[in-house]
Amino acid sequence: MKNNKLAILTNGIIKENPILVLILGTCPFLAVTTQASNAIGMGAAVTFVLLCSNVMISLLRNVISDKVRIPCYIVVIASFVTLVQMVVKAYFSALDTALGLYLPLIVVNCIILGRAEMFANKNGVLDSALDAIGMGVGYLLAMLIMASIREIFGAGTWFGMKIPVLADNNISIMTMAPGGFAVFGLLIAVVNKVSHGKAIKKKDFGCEGCPSAASCGQRGCERVQKEANA
Amino acid sequence: MENNKIVSVNPHIYAPDTTTTIMRDVVLALVPAVIASVLFFGPRALLVEAVCIAVAVLCEWGFEKICKRPNTIGDFSAVVTGLLLALNLPVSIPIWQAAFGAFVAIVVVKQLFGGIGMNFANPAITARIVMLVAFGSAMTTWTAPAFADATSSATPLSIIAGINGVTAGTHTADELPSLVQMFLGARGGSLGETSCLALLLGGIYLIWRKVISWHTPVAFIATVFVLTALLGQQPLYQVMAGGLFIGAFFMATDYTTSPPTPKGKIVFGIGCGLLTVCIRVWGNYPEGVSFSILLMNILNPFICNLTRTKPFGGVEA
Repeated sequence: MKNNKLAILTNGIIKENPILVLILGTCPFLAVTTQASNAIGMGAAVTFVLLCSNVMISLLRNVISDKVRIPCYIVVIASFVTLVQMVVKAYFSALDTALGLYLPLIVVNCIILGRAEMFANKNGVLDSALDAIGMGVGYLLAMLIMASIREIFGAGTWFGMKIPVLADNNISIMTMAPGGFAVFGLLIAVVNKVSHGKAIKKKDFGCEGCPSAASCGQRGCERVQKEANA
Repeated sequence: MENNKIVSVNPHIYAPDTTTTIMRDVVLALVPAVIASVLFFGPRALLVEAVCIAVAVLCEWGFEKICKRPNTIGDFSAVVTGLLLALNLPVSIPIWQAAFGAFVAIVVVKQLFGGIGMNFANPAITARIVMLVAFGSAMTTWTAPAFADATSSATPLSIIAGINGVTAGTHTADELPSLVQMFLGARGGSLGETSCLALLLGGIYLIWRKVISWHTPVAFIATVFVLTALLGQQPLYQVMAGGLFIGAFFMATDYTTSPPTPKGKIVFGIGCGLLTVCIRVWGNYPEGVSFSILLMNILNPFICNLTRTKPFGGVEA
């Protein structure tokens, strides 16, 4: 049982990394990763919201009617995002300027809604909290790696510190949108290579792990898929 | 062990062409352009070309080693990619930037998509565009060539763009090189793009050796000629300016990223020409050959689908 809890915690870091394996929440991932400090701020904000919403939704999972669960999740998530936004505005005004629109947009971040739908509404409070921490850390680490690569090579700085040789020889495309997509693709390729493509195998996920399971018309497809795999 | 006794389905036509012979022909066809680049831009041209080729071959070898794929540096395709990239760079490019470009071409554009024959876009063109966006100023710092009367180091197309007021610039029509200079290559520009004569020699050699067919280059160049004439530019000048010749003969004819059928090749060439003229006349960049080829590379699967030839005796699909 102990082992199981550890597995839930570490799941989000590599095996089901929300960004690099599940490919969720890519919009802020591409947009705010031009500086490592922004990535830390964004990662921390998402982790906090994810933890609170997962716990709250897990607590309420027997109260919320299945038919209206998505609006309920959004209300819960939006409350926590508003909270974070107010705190950031009050105490970290530089971060608020840097993140801009992407901070309130955490409300519709797929990772948070995805984890609520995939995990929190089926599991207990402790498991949901562990899952949220794992996913949050995975998100933060992916953000940090991506932002570090883009900042170091694109601007020649890291957390605002100048790096001697690279600062004069920066590859400015890295901080632009095309560079973001390119680095993103390369990171996914590396993760696939390291995990021998196992991370992304669909049959391990089934409908439970599918991010569009909620809107998918064929919820019974899991059975069909299993038969096909057998 | 190869089993030579397997009988495959007909037709049993034997052709001596292999990737190696084709790529060797392309390298040979580029020799005049390399000579012209050294003649006009000095020995540093050779250095840039050597670095690009060396890094390209090294990256190909290294990546295949890491991924345990069969080694393909013997087929010269990396040499061609490196050389084509070098011929698309200005002579003053910092060496590490040229090496970065070769790395992007081979690893990112070619090997990550599966190696030779699997890339969705021409590696040299894509790497050149990545470099143009990444190192904007280094990639547009032109050096005045030897044997040129004009002192200006700007490319003819950027001079024209300046005169037309598309980009900021204080150029006058006097700075434009003459048509003869344009044809021989005594003008500002990338290493291998300036000498139309050298590129034409290489292109004709490739067509004679049946490595490429005439369809794409002719469609490409003719489209640019006709459209610029209609738009009131000087068509002969526009055809020889910029990277049109190297693009039409060596880049747009890449097997992997252009259609196989004659009809498809003509569509591909016309599309390239259309986009080139649009970018040159209305775009922010003075030159559009590389962008147009990249965009048509992306459209290539659709062109292939729409220009499928009817098999002999088959029914129109």
